Amino acid sequence: MHLAYPAVLAALLFATGLYGVLARRNAILVLMSVELMLNAVNLNLVAFDVWLRDTLHAGQALTLFVIAIAAAEIGIGLAIVLMVYRNRGTSDVDRLRDNAEGPDDDTSPDDPTAAPAPKDEKAEATA
Amino acid sequence: MTFAATVATAATAATATSTHPAAPAAGPGFLSPTGVEIAFVLVGLVTFGAALVTVTTRQLVHAALWLVVALGGLAVEYLLLTAEFIAWVQVLIYLGSVVVLLLFGLMLTKAPVGRSPDADSGNRPAALAVAVAAAAALVWVVVDAFRTTWIDLGGPAQGSTEVTGRMLFQNWVLPFEALSVLLLAALVGAVVLSRKRGASDGGHGSDKERQR
Repeated sequence: MHLAYPAVLAALLFATGLYGVLARRNAILVLMSVELMLNAVNLNLVAFDVWLRDTLHAGQALTLFVIAIAAAEIGIGLAIVLMVYRNRGTSDVDRLRDNAEGPDDDTSPDDPTAAPAPKDEKAEATA
Repeated sequence: MTFAATVATAATAATATSTHPAAPAAGPGFLSPTGVEIAFVLVGLVTFGAALVTVTTRQLVHAALWLVVALGGLAVEYLLLTAEFIAWVQVLIYLGSVVVLLLFGLMLTKAPVGRSPDADSGNRPAALAVAVAAAAALVWVVVDAFRTTWIDLGGPAQGSTEVTGRMLFQNWVLPFEALSVLLLAALVGAVVLSRKRGASDGGHGSDKERQR
């Protein structure tokens, strides 16, 4: 098999995941795009391992490790997203700009109003 | 010069494999379509299309379900690359648990079922420009580097369970054990994060009690 096929497919999948990470607004969709990028890396690793006929099979071992680390990452990431949703009432990454600093100073008056808002939403989430 | 070389290899390949039908949408003419390659290209097109739909659809649950198609297609690609064990690990972990976790996350964050108008953020054109530039650069570099490289898929399978187990438990035991510690840490971290801890002001003590 031509080596360019899996390499090109991995590059395209990586770019697709990159677009998803940059363009998506929901945090869970961002996590899905991260999974796509990790899978592109896995495909590259497997293809080059099979091409090089490594006696240690470092590519396949690293693929298994990447899969395990991706599973851990998705667990932690979803826990963080759920905690953010519980505290803020949203999983919209564009609205999590408490640390934002920049020309849009009109958002800073929203911060005192945004501070009690999580409590309200938390109250209604736990109600 | 390299183009002439590729044309020459394509000519020889075409004469060598003239019995095979031409690969559909196989790209430039230096390719030598064998059966495995045709299958790889077809499954790759499906995978890439599913990935595109995953990152562009406005229905969040559909994005997760198209992700299943993309990851399953990648498992088939692993099978075609004779990495059987990784293919089944991919099916088990990604299709079995990661997508289910994502669906749980969508459910727990009360994601809208229908079309949500705000699935994409405002910097879509910039993201598209960055992604297209990255794809163009990567594909150009990769094709330029590996246009005359072939994978020898003959011989014994390089990713069968026996081979994988032997290399994993002979050469990679220590990283394997370290990874188990990492998984344990991730498990504990996820449990700690997703527990409904009461706020430190003491106003939510009932939450803590109820959660226990």
